[in-house]
Amino acid sequence: MSRLTRLTRRAFILGSVTVTGGVAFGVYALNREPENPLAEDLPPEAVSFNPWIRIADGRITLIAPHTDLGQGIRHMQAALIAEELDVDLDQPELVIETGPPAAAYANRALADEGLPFMTQDMTPLAEISRDVAGRLMGALGLQGTGGSSSVPDSYEKLRQAGAMARETLKLAAARAHGVAVEELRTERGAVHLPDGRALPYVELAELAAELRPRYDVPLRDPGQWRILGKPMQRLDVLAKSTGTLTYGIDLRLPGMVHAAVRLNPRPGGVLEAHDDSAARALPGVERVLPVTGGLAVIASDTWTAFKGAEALECTWGPAAFPAEQADHWQALSDALDAPPEKVWRDEGDAESRATGWPMEYRAPYLAHAPLEPIGALIKVTADRCDIWVAHQFPGMAQQMVAEITGLPLEAVHLHNQYAGGSFGHRLEFENVTRAAEIGTALRGTPVKLTYSREEDMAHDFPRQIAMARAQGTILGGEVEALDLSIAAPSVTASQMSRIGLSVPGPDSQIVAGAWSMPYAIPALRVTAHRAPDLAPISSWRSVGASHAGFFAESALDELIHEGQADPLLERLRLCNYAPARACLEAVAEMCSWGEPLPEGRGRGVAMVMSFGTPVAEVIEVEDTPAGLRMTNAWVAADVGRVLDPVNIENLIQGGVVFGLGHAINSEITYADGMAQQTNYHAHAGLRLYQCPPIHVRVLETGPKVRGIGEPPVPPAAPALANAIFAATGRRLREMPFDKFVTFA
Amino acid sequence: MKVSFKVNGAAQSVDVAAEMPLLWVLRDHLGLTGTKYGCGIAQCGACTVHLDGQAVRACQVQAQELEGAEVLTIEGLGRPEALHAVQDAWVEHQVAQCGYCQSGQIMQAAALLDLNPAPSDDEIDAAMSGNLCRCGTYPRIRAAIHAAAQKLEG
Repeated sequence: MSRLTRLTRRAFILGSVTVTGGVAFGVYALNREPENPLAEDLPPEAVSFNPWIRIADGRITLIAPHTDLGQGIRHMQAALIAEELDVDLDQPELVIETGPPAAAYANRALADEGLPFMTQDMTPLAEISRDVAGRLMGALGLQGTGGSSSVPDSYEKLRQAGAMARETLKLAAARAHGVAVEELRTERGAVHLPDGRALPYVELAELAAELRPRYDVPLRDPGQWRILGKPMQRLDVLAKSTGTLTYGIDLRLPGMVHAAVRLNPRPGGVLEAHDDSAARALPGVERVLPVTGGLAVIASDTWTAFKGAEALECTWGPAAFPAEQADHWQALSDALDAPPEKVWRDEGDAESRATGWPMEYRAPYLAHAPLEPIGALIKVTADRCDIWVAHQFPGMAQQMVAEITGLPLEAVHLHNQYAGGSFGHRLEFENVTRAAEIGTALRGTPVKLTYSREEDMAHDFPRQIAMARAQGTILGGEVEALDLSIAAPSVTASQMSRIGLSVPGPDSQIVAGAWSMPYAIPALRVTAHRAPDLAPISSWRSVGASHAGFFAESALDELIHEGQADPLLERLRLCNYAPARACLEAVAEMCSWGEPLPEGRGRGVAMVMSFGTPVAEVIEVEDTPAGLRMTNAWVAADVGRVLDPVNIENLIQGGVVFGLGHAINSEITYADGMAQQTNYHAHAGLRLYQCPPIHVRVLETGPKVRGIGEPPVPPAAPALANAIFAATGRRLREMPFDKFVTFA
Repeated sequence: MKVSFKVNGAAQSVDVAAEMPLLWVLRDHLGLTGTKYGCGIAQCGACTVHLDGQAVRACQVQAQELEGAEVLTIEGLGRPEALHAVQDAWVEHQVAQCGYCQSGQIMQAAALLDLNPAPSDDEIDAAMSGNLCRCGTYPRIRAAIHAAAQKLEG
């Protein structure tokens, strides 16, 4: 049976199940959409309901299947359903769960950023391609959290799920009580009859299960919203403020043992020889097991497992990539000298017109380093496996566990957890596969694998390394031409190779955030030079835009300064996409751009559009005797529609902090095939004393609802570099900046 | 070795390796998982607890130093139904994103306010910069500490 068929059948089994005494509601069936190009080939079971709402046993369960990495998506998904279902999130009968991995929870918005269309391209071809890509994602059943796509994916379909369930419940009430549907209203989980009686949904469920669900219920106008668009208290915030939220690392099972790993610090290399006698001699160490790329120590507690892992004497094989950092940079330089993989944008013959100011930029490898290290709790028995882990691709993780344990997919139960951060780290499977290996070896015994920070950082598939060369021309003080060539290995190919997929065609992430810059520069070329695979790399918050946005907005700033134009006004003059213009205008107003600054201060601006969301940032720095200090930050972002003004402000501030911190002080470098940075002392990101006040304004002028998890990251580094130039006259073209300047 | 001490006001006795950090005594032996492991080398502050009234990194305190000590963890500072002023401010300002660092942030902030009921921004910076937040909630942490100071004063 093909994988696709297996996945869709599974969706059917899950989606069509009628819970005993209750009903499963869902929305969207692929082949019910008349314009669907794939419908003809679909098996009949693909007419599955997607189960977002379950009403059974006196409880209303909302399924929020995206992985909560700290962005608050579990709350937001529940809020989207609740808005139309007419339930309140504080109702005692309400349960919010992630649900099991399932094709029904495919993320249809995940592929958008990979398509060869600029965000501002709303032509029929671009829109149809996005639609087809979304349908393909749905048909493939890829359940994933990433790419700032959770809200775009959920915005309509979860409200539709709520609306359809609400109207079907009303239908049930109308039938039971002989009342016209139009006379009924719904509120707080109940249908209200004209005579004032309230019929709780939980009592209508069984009757509703017998009805044909109401499709095509119109969604309410945002002006009628009760929950969305207003400040919310996130469902998890009380638990996260009292130490009572249980993360994967906190879980316990009766009879559980603890595991730590010691893996080849040269990623991809093998364990050639080892001596575990010292480890096994430690009191509390129970076993030492082989796992892929190294060893696992089983012990009575986490600390003893860590000590055991440290006590292992290992001889490691070489890394599967160049051992020294200089060779990685050389590979990028060579790639820039070689013919490009693809010319992504070519307007006005930039090749011959952009002739001056040759510039070269670099962006280093970076670790994700979420504060909760990776791990997993697993229990494997003869016929079943349960694994508790926070994962952004739960369905793929489930499949890998099935393969390693030898159990059928249906016997593997993945319980997705709240994550203690991710930034892309939990798209990888190292912890899942190692846990499955260990759990299989200890069949019958629950085991919790915890990576030490050092193991986590040594095996944190980092952000791609990248390099760029740019040239430009100024004419009459205006930017006339920009030619930007970017070299990087393909992060998409590296990531996909670990799940056995190859990626045909060029990787848009080499130029993401740069090639689609919404600027009408008369001659503009953006070229991708794909470097060979180097260290294995992975998506890091904002992915390609984290390097390409820095290159583009730094090079543009240099040219604007060469033309002695105002960096913000010249960007506004060039900008040809209304939402991006609105962001630039907003930050200009917020910071009173152009007002005289105290001696020693300077401001820089940058605007990058990634994942469809334009974000403009102004950073202000002060050159003090103790070093550079960031004194202020202003941010404007346009997401089309704000769903929670408090949470979005928090996420934007966090994105700016993430961008600034790594730009200042973080990199992963390799020596002898090993990452030289082993813990937070060498790769911290921003600390509180370095954090400027961050003023946020969110705009709603864009044509579509957009995500916000990643887009605030890319403009931060170039805005800071541009501010440092304004304050000191020193142009920084390589991150981290603390290699070149001192920060107070 | 056997060691007896108080955690959140209750007497506890554990039999663990003398060098086992308090962090793991709390998490794995006493089941108090609100105190988090982030780095193990006093670089992140996620394991901050109060030891005899002082904010310390639990990863740096060994079991053998605990005899007779009084430890306060996030679970003892306040409860969801009876919040400490700092936790109340944290909820009100919706500080948490992933939330994993926030137990340590809150314990560090509570210790700061014990010593200094009305800290300035500079004093907050000095006290809180050992606590890493990878999600970047620092602006809200600052605001919440000021709000908690006002709550405690009022």
